[in-house]
Amino acid sequence: MYAEFDLHVPEDLDGALAVLAESDGQGAIMPLAGGTNMIVDLRARNVAPSALVSIGKVPGMRGIEIAGGRVRMGGRTTVSDMLRSAELGAVAPSLVESARLFAGQMVRNTATVAGNICSGSPAADLVPPLLVLDAEVTLTSRSGSRTLALADFFHGYKQMEHRPDELLTEVSWPVPLESAANLFYKLARRKGDAITVVGVAVAMGVEAGKCRGVRIALGSVAPIVKRAIAAEKMLEGAALTPESIDAASRTAVEEVHPLDDVRASAGYRSHCVHVLTRRLLTRAWERLAGGGGQA
Amino acid sequence: MNEAKAIRLTINGRDRDVGALPNETLLETLRGLAHFEVKSGCEKGDCGACAVLVDGQAVDSCLTLTWTVEGAAVTTVSGLGTVDAPHPLQKAFIDRGAAQCGYCTPGLIIAAQSMLDNDTRDPSEDDMRAALSGNLCRCTGYTKVFDAVGEAARIMREGGESS
Repeated sequence: MYAEFDLHVPEDLDGALAVLAESDGQGAIMPLAGGTNMIVDLRARNVAPSALVSIGKVPGMRGIEIAGGRVRMGGRTTVSDMLRSAELGAVAPSLVESARLFAGQMVRNTATVAGNICSGSPAADLVPPLLVLDAEVTLTSRSGSRTLALADFFHGYKQMEHRPDELLTEVSWPVPLESAANLFYKLARRKGDAITVVGVAVAMGVEAGKCRGVRIALGSVAPIVKRAIAAEKMLEGAALTPESIDAASRTAVEEVHPLDDVRASAGYRSHCVHVLTRRLLTRAWERLAGGGGQA
Repeated sequence: MNEAKAIRLTINGRDRDVGALPNETLLETLRGLAHFEVKSGCEKGDCGACAVLVDGQAVDSCLTLTWTVEGAAVTTVSGLGTVDAPHPLQKAFIDRGAAQCGYCTPGLIIAAQSMLDNDTRDPSEDDMRAALSGNLCRCTGYTKVFDAVGEAARIMREGGESS
């Protein structure tokens, strides 16, 4: 046996929340979504819960809905659900791109958006796109639900805002303007089934020739997936030039803290943050300004 | 607590009630029932050797707890076709020499079938690469696998069978 634990498979949300409410902290009872991280973590003894609560049979937590200017995605929505959605490409191209490059087919068929977020991994590929889309997450417990910005959800390496009795039930974001640019790039050793070396997501709109609502999010280069806030501030409200884009991309490097690991050195990661941020910002600005950005 | 309970599964079309522990994976359950066509490889979702269809979608059975798929229809590669009546994918893998040691073959065929059922019946090479990106072959490579999947897809479209 790789690990000993009990398993609950409730048929509804109340049942799941009731079990989680018995958790006495320190992850004694943990939610189980797709399991593609959890089972690996259990085998590696990175986690040792006394019980898991599967949300696999909880109805109403899976699917994508676009209404009233918001995109709402149930926490149990799988990566493959995102790829098979006819509407998601128009409201979250960066998210669809990251879903396309996510692990392998069997993992995509199983892994969920809530699981990817709650894994807390800095390499979680759905997170950079969701951060630049200004996503919010809804946490639900027996005592009610609360919604907060995804950017405020991560405190540190695998340190997150949610309490042990809360489930991440929904992810939502405002439908971006049709004119807005929204891009993701995954740098990895292979195109498929690879862990990200550097992930970059960029979102940007344009208003009267000025860059508006610029967002930059960087994965696998800090203890958490991180917005490059200082770099964003340098560009907001300005007409971008190759020089300003390059300066902001250099600032983004100063905002991350990459590590050396088996996949890449810290120095290489920093270099790629500079290059890839510059590349995506340039591509976004060229698309928006129609060449006015000195393409 | 932590005791086995009876779980109903439909395996290759046959209803089975199996006793499973809470921490038991579908891979362990299936191999415990002598479904040795389901292979155990990396046991962490990297290699795809253990892939089976659960309600029509390919999943890694090593990452799936049996209790969480109670009531599901599980299809292994043996459920797709037999030696006497092979599925078009199985036949194409033989005809195109797409298997060497054969350890990854059941998972590759299951992943290909899942793509044809859920994503596209007329896959491009990129579609095939994406669909099979979670299956590792350490013998030979993927060229003949893509040849076989493309040929089977064509035969299945022309034959109009979804099997």
